[in-house]
Amino acid sequence: MRKILIATTAAMLAAGVSLVGASAAEKLKVGFIYIGPIGDLGWTYQHDLGRLAVVKEFGDKVETTYLENVSEGPDSERSIEQLARAGNKLIFTTSFGYMDPTLKVAKKYPNVHFEHATGYKRDKNVSTYSGRFYEGRYIQGIIAAKMSKAGVLGYVASFPIPEVISGINATMLGAQTINPNIKVKIIWANTWFDPGKEADAAKALLDQGADIIMQHTDSPAPMQIASERGKLAFGQDSEMIKFGPKSQLTSIIDNWGPYYIERVRAELEGTWKSEDFWGGLKTKMVVMAPYTNMPDDVKKLAMETEAAITEGKLHAFKCPVFAQDGKEVECKGGTHLDDGQILGMNFYVKGVDDKIPGK
Amino acid sequence: MGLLEAISLAVLAASTPLLIAATGELVAERAGVLNLGVEGMMIVGAACGFGGAWLTGSTMIGALCGIAAGTLLSLIFAMMTLGLAVNQVATGLALTILGVGLSGLIGARFVGERIATAPHLHIPGLTDIPLVGRILFGEDAFVYFSLALVVGVWWFLYRTRAGLVLRAVGDNHASAHALGHPVLRIRLFAVMFGGACAGLAGAYLPLAYTPFFIPGMTAGRGWIALALVVFASWRPVRLVIGAYLFGAVTILQLHAQGWGVGIPSQFMSALPYLATIIVLVLISRARTGGSTTPAALGTVFVPDR
Repeated sequence: MRKILIATTAAMLAAGVSLVGASAAEKLKVGFIYIGPIGDLGWTYQHDLGRLAVVKEFGDKVETTYLENVSEGPDSERSIEQLARAGNKLIFTTSFGYMDPTLKVAKKYPNVHFEHATGYKRDKNVSTYSGRFYEGRYIQGIIAAKMSKAGVLGYVASFPIPEVISGINATMLGAQTINPNIKVKIIWANTWFDPGKEADAAKALLDQGADIIMQHTDSPAPMQIASERGKLAFGQDSEMIKFGPKSQLTSIIDNWGPYYIERVRAELEGTWKSEDFWGGLKTKMVVMAPYTNMPDDVKKLAMETEAAITEGKLHAFKCPVFAQDGKEVECKGGTHLDDGQILGMNFYVKGVDDKIPGK
Repeated sequence: MGLLEAISLAVLAASTPLLIAATGELVAERAGVLNLGVEGMMIVGAACGFGGAWLTGSTMIGALCGIAAGTLLSLIFAMMTLGLAVNQVATGLALTILGVGLSGLIGARFVGERIATAPHLHIPGLTDIPLVGRILFGEDAFVYFSLALVVGVWWFLYRTRAGLVLRAVGDNHASAHALGHPVLRIRLFAVMFGGACAGLAGAYLPLAYTPFFIPGMTAGRGWIALALVVFASWRPVRLVIGAYLFGAVTILQLHAQGWGVGIPSQFMSALPYLATIIVLVLISRARTGGSTTPAALGTVFVPDR
């Protein structure tokens, strides 16, 4: 099921300037491992846009290769190793579940540099990077609370992992600044990608009285259902306005391009070293799609919030944060929860009337 | 629209692709051919169905494209298993892998495009009847077609001579051959019918369910259709019950989460599959008489002359 596609763009660009005589041997080979198809219009699609940005920036200095639909687990280890053996000097592994396989392959290939998205384990030749998507969720919470007539938000969630839970919490903390009694209904689809099931979950939420759809799954299906029913929704990972021209309020866009360019440049210049990068609105790793389908005052509020977060004046998890049972959460970051608390979040904040599945 | 009505509509929509694909597979298996390539035929049907509808703006043409794509793919399967007597299980699995890749290739240029959802039936007066109106008279054509299809297949299998011959071929191809029935030709038609249904079921997803195409959007529904055929012990009426039961459990577990029923969602997601296994056990225990499995299922037939 796994397809191997060699990106020919770089090769074509090279052919166009063949007079210069750049030989393939001088090119930096950069590899990418994707969890989904590049046409998923969400997570993987955005990573591939990042790859294309690298190709555009460096032209014939780089040659990129990607493997798509690589399932997490043993299969991914083989795929990562395949890229390493093929002479790729920098390899981006773009899903959480590639964490251990990436480290294992990295030990075998000490001269190859690895970049693992959303993980927390590093090594001499393994960096990690991720986006502070919760910042966007906080803004979405504010917009949602302003726009909801019913006061009930519908949340299509994927898996109860810290990233998703912190997203729900950030949404609620944002929403509570507008409406302290706001409610959220959460349905776990237990999948990242199944358009039919995501659509069914969105339908169920709307049928049960939610009037705004938020999602943490990867396909535009929930947006499309909201559009069909004339309700408002937020996109995910990618610009989804096409699927809900009258529904999309905004979307959290994963903008990997600048980071990928910077890392490839470091590799080209020989300055690459292992580090952890967690970028948000400020570094433009997280970008908000245009604020649409809302009155000007809500739009203004959203933009002000975005500016405040960007400038560092506002933090989504500013203290005090209260857990579901009303107890105050220890404030390890001084004025807000620290990164470790957000990355490992496994509790709901006060006001979420639900239980984390399996807890 | 009441909640009960909304749930019923969602169940109908979720069950329809399963029912269509499973009906086609049931006929193929009744003729003795096990085609595990349903998922592959479905996803290619989805890509071609969407492409057809996107290029022409017509749901009908989209559906026909889906049917044509599924049939074409099933012909490859027929060529291998009937013509060259290759192992059916291996060929079916290969067909799924081929289909998934092929659909990505075909669908690459349609990704990100949108089409209008298949039109819903509207009969003034009837559709507006509270509670049942929308369900009986307000769905898209696929829903009603799928039921007609099952009735047609039931009638064909149990009320026509051709259906009797098809079942005979599936139970004992040597005897059927000795009686002068064209075993391979009958199997070819059965496989093509299975392919057409799988293609249509796949096309249903981008035409009526979520009106866009994304690679991998069938997300395992072809495998569920295969399981449903066994679940139904190769009987069309039980197939309807199975498909709707499966759809109902899938939708209800989502609603249960929204209501805050305190059961872990992972368990609820597994529920449809659990229900399938339980019913399988019950059926096999309750079975009196002989097995309903087509006796020649999955075996290749090479005419000796």
